Amino acid sequence: MTATATRTYNLGEFHQFEGGGRKFLYLVPAGAIFEMDTAVETTISLLREGAAEHEQLTARLAERGFAYTDADELVQELYRARVIVAGDYIKEPLDPPPADFPLQSLVMNLTNQCNLSCTYCYEFGEDKVATPEGKQKFMDIDTAKASVDFLLSSSAGRSTVHITFFGGETLMNFPLLKQVVTYANERAAEQGRGIDFSLTTNATLLTATIIEFLSENRIGVTVSMDGPADLHDKLRVFSNGKGSYDIIAPRVKALIAGHRTRAITARVTLTNGVTDVMRIYKHLKHDLGFHEVGFAPVTTSPDRLYAIGERGMDGVLDDFHKLADEYLEYALRGEMHGFSNVSDTIAELIQGVNKSHPCGAALGLLGVGPSGDIAPCHRFVDSDEHSLGNIATGVDREKQADFLNRGHVNNKYDCQTCWARPLCAGGCHHEAFVRYGDTGHANLHYCDWIRDWTDTCLKIYGTISAHNPEFLEQFAERKALN
Amino acid sequence: MKHLKGLNRKARRIDGLVTQMEAAAKAPVADSASDDDVVALQQTPQRPHIPMGCALAFSPGWEVDSAGGTAGLCQPVERDIYDCYVTCFWPAQVPDHLNNYPDWASKCATATKDWRKLDLVFP
Repeated sequence: MTATATRTYNLGEFHQFEGGGRKFLYLVPAGAIFEMDTAVETTISLLREGAAEHEQLTARLAERGFAYTDADELVQELYRARVIVAGDYIKEPLDPPPADFPLQSLVMNLTNQCNLSCTYCYEFGEDKVATPEGKQKFMDIDTAKASVDFLLSSSAGRSTVHITFFGGETLMNFPLLKQVVTYANERAAEQGRGIDFSLTTNATLLTATIIEFLSENRIGVTVSMDGPADLHDKLRVFSNGKGSYDIIAPRVKALIAGHRTRAITARVTLTNGVTDVMRIYKHLKHDLGFHEVGFAPVTTSPDRLYAIGERGMDGVLDDFHKLADEYLEYALRGEMHGFSNVSDTIAELIQGVNKSHPCGAALGLLGVGPSGDIAPCHRFVDSDEHSLGNIATGVDREKQADFLNRGHVNNKYDCQTCWARPLCAGGCHHEAFVRYGDTGHANLHYCDWIRDWTDTCLKIYGTISAHNPEFLEQFAERKALN
Repeated sequence: MKHLKGLNRKARRIDGLVTQMEAAAKAPVADSASDDDVVALQQTPQRPHIPMGCALAFSPGWEVDSAGGTAGLCQPVERDIYDCYVTCFWPAQVPDHLNNYPDWASKCATATKDWRKLDLVFP
């Protein structure tokens, strides 16, 4: 500890932003959001000119009209909150997560087969990491039951766990899905615990019976869909090249009309030529009736024809801003907007997350393939290189530790000076592998974009907390899952 | 806090912590959590200063500090406590732990945290 008088102050690590006529600070090492008054702003601008000793700083504040004792108190407050730091400040690295981190979610790839041939598919496309040759194509009931048991036994201390059904096309193995739901409900009930389910589908195989089952069992549904027919059909095609829009549109409408127990979400993959975010959103939200729509640029090596170039991304970001503005207007009226990218970020900002890892992969979340192979997440399922063991033999702790060690934000040099790292932590492990051949590489190709987007969401957060703070409360329990 | 208003959970936790520190700083008897409770001699160097460290043994590192001066010499009552009594060949600065006061530091597992628990020794 340094004596007050001899402290030499510098600015701490924070990002300043404004919204709704107020000024805010995002304190990076903590992930904390503060509204600041003009006194704080003045102190910051004084220190921007260079480091200052305690006496100097309080004297300069006094010159600007602050009473000396007030200035002293102000400086102490900022020092204690680490908005400003002195020589004794040590940047504390984030701890690694505990080795026995309990599982929260299991993604079960019920099959690796799909009835569509979407060009950009990370499972079958040119950048695939999966090596499914010679492996089981459909998960069997024994593997599925073992997976459920594994989830329940690896999630000590959690009152509720989660299963996401995934594929291939999930509904190509609907009979198994039904059995798993029944089995998992029974096993969870025996232990007095809760379990909930969600699934991702391309919607081609939805029937009235399936929709009824999904609704009855409160299974959340995400539909992979890229917008109106002309955009959707560019890459979401059957193996003969025919687009899938006409097949799925009526089924999606039936799903939204018939499934009343959970929100139905659309997940849009943005690609070269499929970047008209506003038009896509309006179609999915207003014409089809999805409750929420989430967007993500395609994961790809940069040289693929469907990769979005830098210019394309700028356009995407412009549209994101427009949609975000609309989101804010809704929020200030107390209404929920369906742009889930904002909602997901707000949910993280409320907690003040400060991530050691970009997502829960290999921590609270694991993926299981049809053959029972365990992967860090669904995107790595069926990849020999990334396998973390098998459901029959358990998790390979050494490989898991290696994956987590590489993915830890402390080990991403480029992230250390970035103010957006508490939320980003270097970005998707899978995207990093596709781009750079290393799951632990920071996703440098979208840094500017992430910072811009985080800043946008902070501004929305600040404005809402200034003018309609009650609106934020509904996000407290929201869990963002991609 | 007067000038910062916490707007998320993390900020409110910091707010709680700072409020505690403020209360501790204002309390009449400072406790260990308060600011400026204990200050090392070498953290407020007088200029010119009187060397205040252990300079009885004239071996490199003891008669001069790491910068070649005398402002940062070892101080037996501060953070160099174990270096003195375990490794220093000059035993005068701390109690004799070999024969007369073997338990002198037994309640002090971590010097930076537990130094208040060091026993007083009356030879």
